[in-house]
Amino acid sequence: MAWAVFFTLSFLCIGSVVAMILSRNQAHNALFLVLSFSSLGGLFGLLDAPFAAAVQVLVYAGAIMVLFLFAIMMFNLRVELPARVKRARLALTAGLGTVLLAELFLAGRKLVIGSPGAAPAAGGDTARLGHFLFSEYLYAFEITSLLILAALVGALALAGKREGS
Amino acid sequence: MIPAAAFFILAAVLFVLGILAFFVKKDLLTQFMAVEVMLNAGNLAFLALAKSLGKAEGQVIVLFVITVAAAEAVIGLAIIVLVFRQRKTIQTDELKDLKG
Repeated sequence: MAWAVFFTLSFLCIGSVVAMILSRNQAHNALFLVLSFSSLGGLFGLLDAPFAAAVQVLVYAGAIMVLFLFAIMMFNLRVELPARVKRARLALTAGLGTVLLAELFLAGRKLVIGSPGAAPAAGGDTARLGHFLFSEYLYAFEITSLLILAALVGALALAGKREGS
Repeated sequence: MIPAAAFFILAAVLFVLGILAFFVKKDLLTQFMAVEVMLNAGNLAFLALAKSLGKAEGQVIVLFVITVAAAEAVIGLAIIVLVFRQRKTIQTDELKDLKG
């Protein structure tokens, strides 16, 4: 079972990176990377690192790649799509949305209806991780927050410049 | 139970694919994405080591790598947007002012 999950996820991961190399459309590249990083998140979960898996999906596949997509949209690389492709895309989106809704429903039902005691305890490993972060690696953690602030200010200073100033 | 070696092989393949993408692709944005792929391969290796050695430090490093990658993405994308504003292109073939 674990091997099946491993092979599926690594196939998805490597396949989408290869597709990124072969594709010429930047927006498609970013979406391929979202798929790749999401499956990497699954692999992290397979390595008993649930917190890293969640951060991978939320921060990498979510925040960073959305930032890439915003940047791509700023470059105004717009191509008008034929109507047939648009319809197919709508159908695909509707299908994906239904799957996501069903998934959330299944997960939520388990949480609400299932006996509270049956829920697995949130990984003890995560508690150990938090302990490490706020004791041994406290300085590194605080410096990281400074780094993020510096990146924020730097990005504003760089990209916020007016034309010709 | 999957041996750590399988994850190491996957991480190595991902890293090499990232390097390949970095040199094959000709636009700054996709090259930047290739860097992200390499960072992720490193993360995977860290987590595989953390599991096989039974230490949580590997996961701490992964969190730091992800944070640094976020900061790096913000600055890098700002620079790419700036380059695009000044040159109207992000194709590296057309950005050749620095050739000695």
